[in-house]
Amino acid sequence: MFESWGRYPKATQRVLPLAWRSDALPARSGPVLAVGQGRSYGDVCLNDGGTVLTTGRLDRFISFDEKSGVVRCEAGMTLADLISFALPRGFFVPVVPGTQLVSVGGAIANDIHGKNHGRAGTFGRHVRWLELLRSDGERKECVPGDPLFAATVAGLGLTGLITAAEIQLVPVSGPFIIEQRVPFRTLDEFFDIDAGSRDFEYTVAWIDAFSRDVRGIYYRGDHSQRPGRAAPGKRPLEVPADFPSFALSGPAVRAFNALVALEARLAKRQRETNVRSFFFPLDRIGRWNRIYGQRGFLQFQCVVPSRDHVRDLLGRVRISGQGSFLTVLKTFGDMPSPGLLSFPRPGITLALDFANRGPDTLRLLGELEEVVRAAGGALYPAKDATMSPRTFAASYPRLAEFERFVDPGFSSSFWRRVARA
Amino acid sequence: MKRVVVLGATSAIAQHVARLYAEQGASLFLAARNPERLAAVAADARARGATQVETAVLDLDDLRAHAGLFEAADAALGPPDVVLLAHGVLGSREAGPEEAPAILHTDLVSPTSLLLQAARRMEARRAGTLVAISSVAGDRGRAANPVYGAAKAGLTALLSALRQRLSPSGVSVLTVKPGFVDTPMTAHLPEMPFAVGPDRVARDILRALERGADVVYTPLIWRLVMLVVRLLPEKLFKKLSF
Ligand SMILES: Cc1cc2nc3c(=O)[nH]c(=O)nc-3n(C[C@H](O)[C@H](O)[C@H](O)COP(=O)(O)OP(=O)(O)OC[C@H]3O[C@@H](n4cnc5c(N)ncnc54)[C@H](O)[C@@H]3O)c2cc1C
Ligand SMILES: NC(=O)c1ccc[n+]([C@@H]2O[C@H](COP(=O)([O-])OP(=O)(O)OC[C@H]3O[C@@H](n4cnc5c(N)ncnc54)[C@H](OP(=O)(O)O)[C@@H]3O)[C@@H](O)[C@H]2O)c1
Repeated sequence: MFESWGRYPKATQRVLPLAWRSDALPARSGPVLAVGQGRSYGDVCLNDGGTVLTTGRLDRFISFDEKSGVVRCEAGMTLADLISFALPRGFFVPVVPGTQLVSVGGAIANDIHGKNHGRAGTFGRHVRWLELLRSDGERKECVPGDPLFAATVAGLGLTGLITAAEIQLVPVSGPFIIEQRVPFRTLDEFFDIDAGSRDFEYTVAWIDAFSRDVRGIYYRGDHSQRPGRAAPGKRPLEVPADFPSFALSGPAVRAFNALVALEARLAKRQRETNVRSFFFPLDRIGRWNRIYGQRGFLQFQCVVPSRDHVRDLLGRVRISGQGSFLTVLKTFGDMPSPGLLSFPRPGITLALDFANRGPDTLRLLGELEEVVRAAGGALYPAKDATMSPRTFAASYPRLAEFERFVDPGFSSSFWRRVARA
Repeated sequence: MKRVVVLGATSAIAQHVARLYAEQGASLFLAARNPERLAAVAADARARGATQVETAVLDLDDLRAHAGLFEAADAALGPPDVVLLAHGVLGSREAGPEEAPAILHTDLVSPTSLLLQAARRMEARRAGTLVAISSVAGDRGRAANPVYGAAKAGLTALLSALRQRLSPSGVSVLTVKPGFVDTPMTAHLPEMPFAVGPDRVARDILRALERGADVVYTPLIWRLVMLVVRLLPEKLFKKLSF
């Protein structure tokens, strides 16, 4: 039995580990899907009834130019390894998500975004070249501007196996970040702070989804000019496999959120921290997804055009009484995303997570999805396990164009669920 | 900076050893039989900061090529500080008389020839360290993998003998005994107790080299496990099925 980071849904699939970029695809029957670190939440990284090709061993560097910061590596390399390599050489990864335990291939295939979306756009914008291995054995090199490149970035693994990529790193002085935390008490306050934070490279807000007026904390930061070396990462504590799921009962989630709010209010408003604790606080606890128990949890990340939609969504969540453990709010900038199916677009993105309580949870997600579709927004495939084909088609207008590039030998649980027949 | 020769450089464990040395700025001579794979390992070492990386493509089963291999390494880098042997094949429980000679050839005959070649050169120079990846499987033969176990037992014995012989010349010999390591060699095995990644094994090898150790079990738990396994009386051992 296999599961994604959300532990929902489960899949039965064959696993074939790849070891060499130069090897042909292994002998197989039925559809295959390349996967990275399995850090997607829903079913984009699952292939129920089929085969997944794991890429963890495709973790070699191919070349690095220390002057320009252009790095070429195999697609299974994790951003954690890339960051460990880049920092001492005076560079950083241009776009990082909330965990460094994702692969370069996964970062491309979901065209991920980070706290610097306004400045840097998505990960795909910094990819200068990639190599794709198709199920017919053909190897294709693509660069920005090629139709196959636009299909493969945010291509959800459906255009073939990405074997390698070239990425433009960004120069930094050292491993430190100057971070500011600004508490807010209403959604309007969030937007005021956000408007006043254009000079910061990185911005994101955490909100307490239980609070009636949308209280929360706005985090913003910039790379510090101070040089130095990062302390070697500590081995994270790991949540045991049989962690009791009552830990996520309503009162516990409520208490946790109150605690985070209090902690931030008491903490110093500005501090210097290192990149790992600024970007990847959750990585300090290994396999934290286990706290949701066997039934797992469902993420819901959408982008909507206006603050009224956010207000509407949060109101519905509050009324439902289904606590969201971590709720994140952020505005996307207007840098165009390079992929035909890229999720980021101008607007406000809201991410929520819900313990899987069966039909009640699914009903709430369906209701939120309706709001997003009516608003002309979109849901993020990397975090989705429930969206309907109708919503997918409505929110990804270049779907038909994309379909021409799908490799007939590749498929995923997500694709079979959302693609029009 | 260190000069390191890695034979069987496409092995997962060897690759991680090469990475660690590359990050220290060492010069590397890498030999393996598959040219594309070898090129990938060499490129990785260069990007990570190796001072110099040279490669040789050859089938290490070909004994006649062994002398020339060390000549080539010397010519490319100068005399090596460390020679690591990592190539191997696993064989299986079912390996019969038809397959056994080939397994013994790759896992014992070829390493013996290579180690004796390298030993002669290091002995003459009175410097250097030989490292070979044997296995806990060589500590006691088991029905699970008889031919492989026999080859690794032979390799362990050879390394012990060379250590004694070379000790007066100031040449050291490190025997590496991994337990289960998650690599392509073991990808098909359903169950692997105490399994670790090849990165962990590589770190243990470098640490053992720094310490000047003679034998290293990696991870360390196997030292205890194999102590117990070796102590089991034959009367009992023959009835067990692990
Ligand atoms: C704690 C946490 C925080 C996160 N924060 C963010 C965030 O801030 N922003 C954001 O955008 N995302 C975020 N994510 C989601 C995560 O970044 C993406 O799901 C990412 O794609 C995961 O990478 P992966 O290597 O685990 O890929 P997987 O989940 O294994 O696969 C993801 C997709 O990539 C495809 N794929 C993977 N490798 C290849 C390859 N070599 N060739 C072709 N296709 C491939 C798969 O088929 C699948 O469709 C977060 C996830 C977690 C767990
Ligand atoms: N994995 C374990 O659990 C484990 C445990 C104990 C000991 N070991 C030992 O560790 C060593 C390294 O193995 P590994 O785990 O890293 O597995 P691996 O990645 O499968 O490496 C084995 C390597 O041996 C190479 N090889 C085999 N025959 C060869 C030949 N005739 N000429 C040249 N190269 C040859 C293979 O080359 P190709 O790439 O060309 O096939 C492959 O790179 C082996 O000696 C193994 O016995 C492994």
